[in-house]
Amino acid sequence: MAFRLKLVPDNTKIDFLRWQVPTFGLSVVLSVISVVLMLVMGMNYGIDFKGGTTIRTESSQPVDIGAYRQAMSPLNLGDVTITEVFDPTFRADQNVALVRISAQEGLEAVTPETINAVEAALQEVDPSITFPSVESVGPKVSGELINTAIYSVLAALVGISAYIWMRFEWQFAVGAMLSLAHDVLVTLGLFALFQLKFDLTTIAALLTIVGYSINDTVVVFDRLRENLIKYKTRPLRDLINLSVNETLSRTIITSGSTLMVLVIMIFLGGDVIREFVLAIAFGILIGTYSSIYVAKNLVLWLGVRRDWGKKDEAKKNASPFSGAEESP
Amino acid sequence: MLQIDRWKRILIIGLCVIGLFYAIPNLFYQRVEAHNDAVAMIEKTGVETPELIAARDGWPGWMPSGLVNLGLDLRGGAHLLAEVQLEQVYKSRMDSLWPELRRDMTAARDQLGAVRRVASPEGTLRIEIGEQAGMSRAVEIVRSYSSPVTSLTGAGQSSLAIRTEGNAIIVQLSDAEKSATNDRTIQQSLEIIRRRVDEVGTREPTIMRQGEDRILIQVPGIGSAEELKALIGTTARLTFNSVVGTGTDPDAPVEFGQSVLPSVDQPGFYYTIENNPVVTGEELTDAMPATDQNGMPAVDFRFNPTGARKFGNYTAANVGQPFAIVLDDEVISAPVIRQAITGGSGQISGSMNFEEANRLAVLLRAGALPTELTFLEERTIGPELGQDSIDAGRTASVVGFVAIVAFMIATYGLFGVFASVALAINMGLLFGLLSMLGATLTLPGIAGIVLTIAMAVDANVLVFERIREELRSARGPARAIELGYERAMSAIIDANLTSFIVAAILFTLGSGPVKGFAVTLTIGLVTSVFTALWLTRLLTIMWFERARPRQIEV
Repeated sequence: MAFRLKLVPDNTKIDFLRWQVPTFGLSVVLSVISVVLMLVMGMNYGIDFKGGTTIRTESSQPVDIGAYRQAMSPLNLGDVTITEVFDPTFRADQNVALVRISAQEGLEAVTPETINAVEAALQEVDPSITFPSVESVGPKVSGELINTAIYSVLAALVGISAYIWMRFEWQFAVGAMLSLAHDVLVTLGLFALFQLKFDLTTIAALLTIVGYSINDTVVVFDRLRENLIKYKTRPLRDLINLSVNETLSRTIITSGSTLMVLVIMIFLGGDVIREFVLAIAFGILIGTYSSIYVAKNLVLWLGVRRDWGKKDEAKKNASPFSGAEESP
Repeated sequence: MLQIDRWKRILIIGLCVIGLFYAIPNLFYQRVEAHNDAVAMIEKTGVETPELIAARDGWPGWMPSGLVNLGLDLRGGAHLLAEVQLEQVYKSRMDSLWPELRRDMTAARDQLGAVRRVASPEGTLRIEIGEQAGMSRAVEIVRSYSSPVTSLTGAGQSSLAIRTEGNAIIVQLSDAEKSATNDRTIQQSLEIIRRRVDEVGTREPTIMRQGEDRILIQVPGIGSAEELKALIGTTARLTFNSVVGTGTDPDAPVEFGQSVLPSVDQPGFYYTIENNPVVTGEELTDAMPATDQNGMPAVDFRFNPTGARKFGNYTAANVGQPFAIVLDDEVISAPVIRQAITGGSGQISGSMNFEEANRLAVLLRAGALPTELTFLEERTIGPELGQDSIDAGRTASVVGFVAIVAFMIATYGLFGVFASVALAINMGLLFGLLSMLGATLTLPGIAGIVLTIAMAVDANVLVFERIREELRSARGPARAIELGYERAMSAIIDANLTSFIVAAILFTLGSGPVKGFAVTLTIGLVTSVFTALWLTRLLTIMWFERARPRQIEV
């Protein structure tokens, strides 16, 4: 027998739903905490959403945040944030910092004068400093960008639920939608807690999480649908457990290999997309959890209509509001 | 049983070969890029220098030469989002309508009484007449200036919206005319921006309309957004006006139809000029940098025949008078006319350096923007940062790929090898499709590719796990493989279709980084479903037919 890496033994019989109540409680608590965190601590909006200017500096001299700040203080720019950036891919003499200036009061367009003044001031402190990127977004655009971002996340949730509703039953759609909302909320909570930069790329990350999580949810739903047809009389609870167990190996292998790639990206992918990758990695963990404990929990509670005949008939019955009954 | 038709096999292998063929140029990025540039250059100028020919022959002409475009974040360059000030166009339309209306209404003074324009919001024209009884006549006169709107949506409507209020007539552009004007203004602005950017000669700029009144401009390889702004942000409206007076008071009283403009050379000095220009920059045929008689930088220009005639007549009638050369509401210079200038050419000199003279010539050649632009968003990405990102992305992708291959082979043995081969071909197909479509790869796009790797692996895992299960229920290997593919299908389709929904939404709603991500994700989904469902299957079956194993291990 050849060597095989087996992360999950064959025929597992784990009773996942034994932790139904505590896990569901945990999900609710996590979601609530996330909302509270977002309201209390606020998101660390990037310039895409808040307007303002980000200047990336690079220098062979070590970054001296105090000196930078002092050099810029006579310019009266209001809220200025300076952070040093570290990355394993940087060369030894590559010292990078990010200077963020908030949108200037009463100005729609971005003024090159401000940027020039900042660059001159910083060059005074450190003559070897260069500016590999300068980005400015006016408050008008940033307001629209955040609206578009919210719409796109909501549209993704609705679009996916509609698809699931058509392909499965409405209970599945509700389960999928709430578990996706849960993933998005908890990830947002994490961003609020650690004050990670939240910008357009983060939205892309959120939607990736939605896409991944739904993938995971659908795979188990698919198996559950198959088992519901195969074992007409077994209780729903058993069938959910069976389906999760049957697909467990696949869940672990896929999540594992994806996470492996993402962790590599975190270390080697450069600092520009680190927060993006970090968000996806976290989202995949939470997404794997939620497709078992949020989506299936909800399906179990909502119950599923069990009078399906053959597969063809199942499709026919999967019509909207087909009158669900409680399962035994 | 376990078999695939011959034509299907040919189709699958054929598609892979075509895809990989189109992906090849990306392996020789610099050489192909030089080839493409050289071909474009030779086509444009018709001149074949040895360097151009060498660059062109660096890549065989029969090979595909489409490349994956690198986004600004990878290549470096400048990005601007500009808002076109459409209200200004409405305003200038109304302002230029007034002199003509005044002429006609004054002619009908016996019915209308005294006619005067009174202050009103910008973009509207409020005219008061002395005799209320003449109102219908006045409306008639205004209406004669209104024409049917020629646009798809506004057909049948007239261009002016006219209403009366007591003894006042209020005129403004109708909504249909406004929207037709908007389209025209944006089209014109796009065209002029494109010409100005092209004059600088950079590779593949993106210049496109966004929404109702915005223009997105992305120029790779340009030093900074500020540079780009200096090039396209200037209206470059050049006019030659007659000078009424000079002084040092910016608020000097003027008659209607005149204005006070500052001088560029002499701070604190102002010219009072007639608003109606003698000649405008639209009547220029050429402009080029030159030097004046003192060796200082200047710009030579040449009028078209109508412009030359107007300019000749004016200068002949006004010898000894100054006239002002006005660029974007500033007087560049106000020379005194020594003699009639009938040749149709002239020179603008003033305080400018060579670079400014050059830029002014470019702007004059390309034409004036119909209205001003406001910049809402600007980004500069240095080329080094882009290169760092490419390097980092490449390292991460290679290491990630190797890790996945090792993991798959450790988990599924020979089947893992099939999956890895399919994965490699999948990447090739992805790049081939991106090149064929001329899509743009951005940094988030690279992340999209990484996610594609994960999704492609997932499809294979679903199938292999299913085969394992089917083997456990003691079926023969052929039947198990067949059932594995059959039964994993619905999960794979559902999973990928839902991801596809997300990608489509990202593509429609997203902008910039989000869009780049959506593009690679969408194409990646297509290629990974193809490779997982057909290619690995074909590989498995081909192996199976050859080896005829009595039992298999997945």
